[in-house]
Amino acid sequence: MRLDKTELMMLGVAVVLATSGLVAPQWLVFLLTMALAKSLVVQGVVMQMRAGLVTFGQGLYFCIGGYAVGMSGHFLTISDLPTLLLIGVASAVALAMILGLLMTRYREIFFAMLSLAFSMILYGMLVKSPGLGSTDGFNVIAWTLFGWSPASGQAPLALFVIIIAVSAVLAVLLHRYGHSSAGAMCEAIRENEVRVEYLGQSPRWVLYMNYVAAAGVSALGGGFMALAAGHIDPEMAYWITSGEFVFIALLGGTSHVAAPILAAILFAVVRTYAIELVPHSWQMILGVTLLAIIVFLPKGLWSLLSGQARRAKAVEAKA
Amino acid sequence: MNYILETRALYKEFGAVSAAKDVNVSISKGEVVGVIGSNGAGKTTFINMVTGYLKPSRGEILFNGQSIIGRTPRAITRAGMARSFQVAQLFPELTVLDNLLIALAGAESPFPSLLRPLRNEGRIARADAILGEFSILSWRDSKVTAVPQGVRKLIDIAMALIGDPQMLLLDEPTSGVSAEEKTQLMDTVMQVVSRHQVTVLFVEHDMDVVRRYVSRILAFYSGEVLADGPPQSVLDNARVQELVTGGQRAHKRAKA
Repeated sequence: MRLDKTELMMLGVAVVLATSGLVAPQWLVFLLTMALAKSLVVQGVVMQMRAGLVTFGQGLYFCIGGYAVGMSGHFLTISDLPTLLLIGVASAVALAMILGLLMTRYREIFFAMLSLAFSMILYGMLVKSPGLGSTDGFNVIAWTLFGWSPASGQAPLALFVIIIAVSAVLAVLLHRYGHSSAGAMCEAIRENEVRVEYLGQSPRWVLYMNYVAAAGVSALGGGFMALAAGHIDPEMAYWITSGEFVFIALLGGTSHVAAPILAAILFAVVRTYAIELVPHSWQMILGVTLLAIIVFLPKGLWSLLSGQARRAKAVEAKA
Repeated sequence: MNYILETRALYKEFGAVSAAKDVNVSISKGEVVGVIGSNGAGKTTFINMVTGYLKPSRGEILFNGQSIIGRTPRAITRAGMARSFQVAQLFPELTVLDNLLIALAGAESPFPSLLRPLRNEGRIARADAILGEFSILSWRDSKVTAVPQGVRKLIDIAMALIGDPQMLLLDEPTSGVSAEEKTQLMDTVMQVVSRHQVTVLFVEHDMDVVRRYVSRILAFYSGEVLADGPPQSVLDNARVQELVTGGQRAHKRAKA
């Protein structure tokens, strides 16, 4: 498999980030782990945005991933991290394969509201399930990796390195997907669905495939979140959680696969400091940030970097 | 006789309005057929039914002898019948080259590849070749929103043709194009389609354009085929002159 410049750069950044974990304070390692877990969910949101669909219910798959991991540990005493994550992804994909049949019939606000409805149904079910801790949720058992059980001090750093590795590999795959025929077809559907149909393609099939893949990616984020936090609760499926993912997606933009990662990290940092500085009105700071992004950078933060790259190319071409 | 397209007793009703009434048309391979008629005559409805966008109320449509009633536009496209649109249907935020590459990828397989890149040498060469054939290669890297109307029409037709269809339906290929550009545009289109040996049916309002390129004319009026035959005989038909072309001729006489 030959890697292009962008892919090599992303892998390079991943190596630097993982190495920095060795010297970074534990709180920062935890913050970045959580941010990366969220960025995986946001990748799922962005995949659908590229196809012209905005989901206000990606928390559904985030929660499915988290609960599948938590329940597998709790009820089946599975502690192996890859197995747990695979169970989370498989559960979300199975559900998405069913819901996708309905979801891909809808567009625009109808899609957004239906996605929200499904996530709130799950939220309602979990809240009414005492066996799963109702509103309190329950704790997730400590993970192992192929029989190796990290000491409590090592676990956060090890999980940090694992999530970076997974995020990097996934970023490469999503980068390829974005530039593939299927990825281009998603953009084409956003632009003109009628024409796609008259090219001999089924827009519904392309959107279905994209929806199922996005669910799997988001569930991976939910799984990591459960393992990192050691706790899951129904809030994972709540509409505010889904709204946060859309917020991060808008913050980063949809033009590059690294944008959700950058935005998720920035979001975590801004939120942490906003809570620290103005504990009772930190949401206002986030709101103002989003407003500024929409007004001044409608294509997200990534447009700053891509704009700079374009200008550099133009100067090079002139020279 | 083997017809590439045949419609038998085709009807389409929208409530109390009949957009197609007993339309019987047979088109042989290699023909270039012009469809004329005033607004609301049923020309676009006919194209929409034949390409699967509208389901006829009654009747039969055969493509290469096979019924295509109830088949989706994509299935009909894959069977070999492509179309262009009155208003060019493109992907406006993408470049001209990407529009062509997507069309090509769409034609290659009904299931687009998940990881193999859209841009590969073979596809780019093929897209460049077709852009060259339509003399619009210089617009290759422009965004569609930046190209003029005439070029958009050509891109629309190029996207329909890139999948090597057996039959091409062009819905008003010169609409929105200036009078001076019309002939040049149609010359280019007809040269390319004849090179690709495609059967062509096109809807057109300009009789000079129709007369110049077609071997046969279908004149529609109020959902019915009023006349069907060689250009001169159809255009000289008294009812066609009265109901279809009369206005245009009178207008031209007044202008002269």
